[in-house]
Amino acid sequence: MTESTQLIRSSDTRTAAQIAASHLKRRHAAERRFKAIGLSAVVVAMTFLGLLLFTILGNGLSAFTQTYVKLDVTLSPELLGIGEQRTAEALATADYGGVIKDAMYKRFPAAQSRAEKREVAGLISSGADMALRKALAANPELIGTTQTFWLVADDTVDMAIKGYTSRQTGQEGNRLSDKQLGWLAELEADGGVTRRFNSILFSSGDSREPELAGLWGSVVGSVFSLLITLAVSFPLGVATAIYLEEFAPKNKWTDLIEVNINNLAAVPSVVFGLLGLAVFLNFLGMPRSAPLVGGLVLALICLPTIIIAGRAALKAVPPSIREAAAGLGASKLQVVTDHVLPLAMPGILTGTILGMAHALGETAPLLMIGMVAFIVDIPASPLDPSAVLPVQVYLWADSPERAFVERTSAAIIVLLIFLAAMNLGAILLRKKFERRW
Amino acid sequence: MNTANTNGTAKVRSRGLEVFYGEKQALFGVDLDIRSGEVTALIGPSGCGKSTFLRCINRMNDLVDGAKVNGSLTLDGDDIYHREVDVVQLRAKVGMVFQKPNPFPKSIYDNVAYGPRIHGMAADQAELDEIVMTSLEKAGLLGEVKDRLQESGTGLSGGQQQRLCIARAIAVEPEVILMDEPCSALDPIATAKVEELIDELRDNYTIVIVTHSMQQAARVSQRTAFFHLGKLIEMGDTEQIFTNPQQPLTQGYITGRFG
Amino acid sequence: MQLFILTAALLALISFGYGVGRRRALAVAGPNLRSLHSLPRYHGYLVALWCGLPALAVVAAWLAFEPSLLHALVIGALPADLAQLSDERLALAYNEVRNVARYGHPASSDSIAEAARHYASLRQTMFLSVAAIAVALAVAGLAAARARIHAGLRARNRVESIVSIFLIAASTVAIFTTIGIVLSLVFESLRFFQMVPVTEFLFGTSWSPQMAIREDQVGSSGSFGAVPLFAGTMLIAGIALAVAVPLGLLAAIYMSEYAAPKFRSVVKPLLEVLAGIPTVVYGFFAALTVAPFIRDLGAKLGLSVASESALAAGLVMGIMIIPFVSSLSDDVISAVPHSLREGAYGLGATKSETIKQVVLPAALPGIVGSILLAASRAIGETMIVVMAAGLAANLTANPLEAVTTVTTQIVTLLVGDQEFDSPKTLAAFALGLALFGITLALNGIALRIVNKYREKYD
Repeated sequence: MTESTQLIRSSDTRTAAQIAASHLKRRHAAERRFKAIGLSAVVVAMTFLGLLLFTILGNGLSAFTQTYVKLDVTLSPELLGIGEQRTAEALATADYGGVIKDAMYKRFPAAQSRAEKREVAGLISSGADMALRKALAANPELIGTTQTFWLVADDTVDMAIKGYTSRQTGQEGNRLSDKQLGWLAELEADGGVTRRFNSILFSSGDSREPELAGLWGSVVGSVFSLLITLAVSFPLGVATAIYLEEFAPKNKWTDLIEVNINNLAAVPSVVFGLLGLAVFLNFLGMPRSAPLVGGLVLALICLPTIIIAGRAALKAVPPSIREAAAGLGASKLQVVTDHVLPLAMPGILTGTILGMAHALGETAPLLMIGMVAFIVDIPASPLDPSAVLPVQVYLWADSPERAFVERTSAAIIVLLIFLAAMNLGAILLRKKFERRW
Repeated sequence: MNTANTNGTAKVRSRGLEVFYGEKQALFGVDLDIRSGEVTALIGPSGCGKSTFLRCINRMNDLVDGAKVNGSLTLDGDDIYHREVDVVQLRAKVGMVFQKPNPFPKSIYDNVAYGPRIHGMAADQAELDEIVMTSLEKAGLLGEVKDRLQESGTGLSGGQQQRLCIARAIAVEPEVILMDEPCSALDPIATAKVEELIDELRDNYTIVIVTHSMQQAARVSQRTAFFHLGKLIEMGDTEQIFTNPQQPLTQGYITGRFG
Repeated sequence: MQLFILTAALLALISFGYGVGRRRALAVAGPNLRSLHSLPRYHGYLVALWCGLPALAVVAAWLAFEPSLLHALVIGALPADLAQLSDERLALAYNEVRNVARYGHPASSDSIAEAARHYASLRQTMFLSVAAIAVALAVAGLAAARARIHAGLRARNRVESIVSIFLIAASTVAIFTTIGIVLSLVFESLRFFQMVPVTEFLFGTSWSPQMAIREDQVGSSGSFGAVPLFAGTMLIAGIALAVAVPLGLLAAIYMSEYAAPKFRSVVKPLLEVLAGIPTVVYGFFAALTVAPFIRDLGAKLGLSVASESALAAGLVMGIMIIPFVSSLSDDVISAVPHSLREGAYGLGATKSETIKQVVLPAALPGIVGSILLAASRAIGETMIVVMAAGLAANLTANPLEAVTTVTTQIVTLLVGDQEFDSPKTLAAFALGLALFGITLALNGIALRIVNKYREKYD
């Protein structure tokens, strides 16, 4: 080094490189620290995700099985209250609950007082009579015979069998009385208790009784809603994307539309709920709680998503394709429908599926338009009152019974499976049609 | 003139240097000595590997995914690609000026002070001021910017930005300065200024410059290396390369038959 | 069901029209297909459009106006005892009439049943006449369009201009949605502000809307000072941002600058999963797991923590918006030109020095923009706060207490009975207007900042 290169004051006799080297250790330590902090941020986020899924799975998986109790039921016409009539109507209105109670009293003859009898009967779900009704409707010959049935247990029994509530007798706050716990142990010892696949969860509508509450009503409601959403938002979204990307002149009007779409994408979904309430329900007088209205509101919510995805997909089609087609004498619309749109369709569909997945999970705006009502029946059309999956989650999450925590988690698992399937579909679609120009 | 400049020892020496980008080989067995106190120009057609070679010297290729370097490349006899070499330290010794001026979106002062700051070269503010001023002066920029040191570096003209980048590089006191087509984004007047600067700097620094322009190579360098398709074709005194090339390929390029 | 049959019939006519048009064009062309200006299928499309559009328009118009038309006619001819009712009761009675007629609910009185019969017969007559008009229009359109087919007819151009009208119309839906939102919010809010002064709503510090439902003191006793709501919203959104911004930003930096490609390809989608989980799930998680955990933790530390603390809701909301912050930050960080990084590396800066001193300052405007977007997301988020934040309108900055938010109150006010002449229900729209305004402003500012930033590096 000559004097002229010496930028650093003469007070320090070391060369620049030596000075730089003297700080290296500290700087590398800072580097490692920064990297570790970054990694820990990722780890924290992943931990939360893991914790969330673990909580839901831990709470919900057991809901896919259900406790059943074995019982010998004597189907005497007297107890059924149907006398000699064997008509379908008589069979439908017969007192199956009474038959079950009678069978339970016989099973546990020790229960004598009214209170005890009520407790005995309380081990079986109030909806267990469905099984008997079905069996007799299928085979009226069974009347007068004694048959063995597996009946749905009450949710308190279910929770105890699954280990969520204590089975120790003499404890404060037990949902089952000590006597009930004793009978339950007796039943179990005889092999009279089993856990089976919970078909009720996948075939019934909502119920106040956790063991009878099912998701099917809300699944059907979700399907109706999404069909409406798809039918409305897909054509509108694609048409808008095509217009803005392929036809629209660049002027104030199209600028306004674009700004509008971007703003709509950012409006909180609950505001769309207010729109639905004020316009669809109040102004247009559409039915409350109906998937039709829910679907329309969701369509408005996911319209911006579809438009934005559609425009991106159209933009990705290289101009050379358009020029080639136009050069052959295709009209502008033909260029779009014959060449550009088919090439952009995978991208548009991917965006649409993601928009639908988002709509499937949307809850707040549906609460506004009354889809929060307690609905037992399975909806038969988009005009019937209905719940949807996420609203069912919200409703069950609000219920106090311990068994509903399990059901809520199960509903979430089902919802997440639907969402995962849709997202997977979108990913596969994208992979399959991925194109490099 | 410094005596060290004329003794002809190699500052940077490469032997059998090969570079791969993934599957693609970009350099084939390059043997090249770069002497201190001289400007070495690397010329050749686009994609010939001259920039790749340059970026090996301060290991900027490390930033490219899938880049792999074989062979030996030494700085003052020390292997640049040795496992234990700290790239941060290496780059303090081997500075770089890029094709497009890339001042940080900070003030002129902070641009120049950035290097000394991260390397802890100034004990106090006064020292830092001195480094900044000296560097700007050496880069021939001080007169133009001394009244607006706190203005953004991105507000300067292209030529000024490039000289700012040179000032930024020399503020770290490097031993070698790598220049990757430093004038390709500049107009002729700004180019002339930067070339003048390069000529002044060669007394104190070892300079390696990649250039597209043969005139520039002839103007600023003492030695010239000609690359073609990832191979070093010829290396010699600039005058000799331009007046009496030994290889037909070199001759073809110099006389403009391809390139 | 009837509607379904009508629609099916019209659709059948339309496809029949297509066939008719196509065949007619072929017949007109004779052996020389090139004599036609447009391909036969375009003639088919044109006939189909002429056949379908007017008819479907009539049906759509009927669907839109049926309720109000029926309302006017049925109210005009109500049995005497019902006609005397006050407006409010009349509305209820009409509702019942409709339910009886349409959904077969049992009628509570004979007059209702009679009115319901009237409603049903009116509806049926109207439907039949509309159906007749629609089918007649379809047939007429079909016939007229068919008659006009000749070789020189520019069928393709006509079809295309109709399609482009449809495209333009579709693109205005976004505008009408915005107009609809603004009008419905403003209209109901104005009614609200007639009962409750704007100043009380904006500056009042007491919120207890439930009291105002009593009939004799509409608007006079319930208090509608929204300050505690705004404060609660800010508190929870603030907590959420305090969680999401550092975590999201650091995660984005780590993923884009440090992580190995393999790590990134696994973890990045997982991080996105956080954004894909429905908010109702987060709400459940917050109420079931996080809130009790924080309460118990607080109890161990000797702090009194509300069981629906702002902290629990804010924390979970923060987790939810991590991917928003990280993916937006990722975008702006990777938009910083490579040459800037190289400049720093070339000087011998370490990676973290380059990031902290060159990349982040350069990306700062974009990062601020993405934080604002995340903030607007947090403010508009509903289900987490509905399920985990509680309803107590406390004016507090203590994150361990329960607070309520604008969105929570909107949901609470509107779930259940709605009365559109009570300030309780209308207040939700005023809150919605405030929410709409705030999020729109935040987004506008954020987008402006981000766009400016993008331009700089283009």
